[in-house]
Amino acid sequence: MLCKRIIPCLDIKDGRTVKGTNFVNLRDAGDPVELGALYAQQGADELVFLDITATVEKRKTLRELVNRIAHHINIPFTVGGGISSVDDVSALLQNGADKISVNTAAFKDPQLIHDLAREFGSQCVVLAIDTRQEEDGEWYVYLNGGRTKTDARCFDWAKQAVELGAGEILLTSMNHDGTKAGFALDITRKLATQLPVPVIASGGGGAMEHFVDVFEQAQADAALAASIFHFKEIAIPELKGYLQGKNIEIRPV
Amino acid sequence: MDLVIIKYNAGNIQSVLYALERIGVNALVTDDYEKIKSAGKVIFPGVGEASSAMRYLKEHKLDTLIKDLQQPVLGICLGMQLMCAYSEENDTTCLNIFDEHVRKFIPPTGGEQGGAVGGHSHAGEDAVERLKVPQIGWNNIFNLKTDLFKELPVNSYCYFVHGYYAALGEHTIATADYIQPYSAALHKGNFYGVQFHPEKSAKAGEQILKNFLNL
Repeated sequence: MLCKRIIPCLDIKDGRTVKGTNFVNLRDAGDPVELGALYAQQGADELVFLDITATVEKRKTLRELVNRIAHHINIPFTVGGGISSVDDVSALLQNGADKISVNTAAFKDPQLIHDLAREFGSQCVVLAIDTRQEEDGEWYVYLNGGRTKTDARCFDWAKQAVELGAGEILLTSMNHDGTKAGFALDITRKLATQLPVPVIASGGGGAMEHFVDVFEQAQADAALAASIFHFKEIAIPELKGYLQGKNIEIRPV
Repeated sequence: MDLVIIKYNAGNIQSVLYALERIGVNALVTDDYEKIKSAGKVIFPGVGEASSAMRYLKEHKLDTLIKDLQQPVLGICLGMQLMCAYSEENDTTCLNIFDEHVRKFIPPTGGEQGGAVGGHSHAGEDAVERLKVPQIGWNNIFNLKTDLFKELPVNSYCYFVHGYYAALGEHTIATADYIQPYSAALHKGNFYGVQFHPEKSAKAGEQILKNFLNL
């Protein structure tokens, strides 16, 4: 049986791992390559590296870092942050990234998703969406690391992106991110059950039972978290053992 | 002994090279006819689309070369599929090393209601698992045969990314289950093919690569 995936996310700034609460108040949590290798050894199923300042500062994701990661890590990894062209993606894949994630640039130019899927295949095109539920109850798409609101509904954008060729959705709930109170189950479930591609739930994972909820209730294909792993609040082997005990299909450590 | 990775218009070749480096082995990435022919072992990797890959192989005369190789050859993912007889991916005639056909995964629709689509079904009691295509992620492999899987625990997990599969057949040496049981690996004579990515399959993948090198 195909396993549910546990994915630590390493937010990168200036070649170092950082993680903020609700995207601000960054704390330094180490060297991305060493931390990534440690997670791989502990049983992480994939890794995501997000160059969180890239979009804002118009920096290119550090290709050298990607190359170093590719040399050292024996599980798949995704690179995101500020990716806006086929050339960007080509360089990252050539340096050993397995997948790339696009966010703001894809929203502004949805054709990018189509071009990437055609050039490199849908399997390496992850659409990242930062979404927030507003007082009207609707989930809206935010851009630029959550700084810019749009009028687009999360589900509509995800559906369009999949039709254009996105092979996976990385869904971050801004309402839940940093709260450690659990994942956004309703919107995750909506995407995971109504779209034909895997959905990676992100934002809010703070306790082991939250992962059970997001896999069982929301039917997420994967769950992503950052600070709970970085600051050793939950260890991956312990989490995987717990999930196995709940009869969730997991790759044993 | 020279290890060669066949260079062609498919992705993921660097990843195989790096994985070999991690287990202390250097390989040459090349599309040079003579170098491939005279190599001690050959890896035929690949992520991509079948028809354009086959077209490239033919243009570079690699199709007949690969078929005629006498040394151990390991096809990975698309490489394995291209070693089969035929792929439904854009109606492609392949190398016919294995006589298996490669078919597209058809997600089960549940017969009546299209599975859980609609969002109102209950998640509990192991409701119909929603299977998406392509399969992306870790799956277990079982019924392991040949020394390619030597010292691998039963039910080892490997990383898969694919929308097409080779059915079970006489050449199957490992089975995985997604929508239905299918060939996770094939073997015939000096040819081996794996549908998963050993270069991305952590310790299990490293063991398989080591085993191939020790064949």
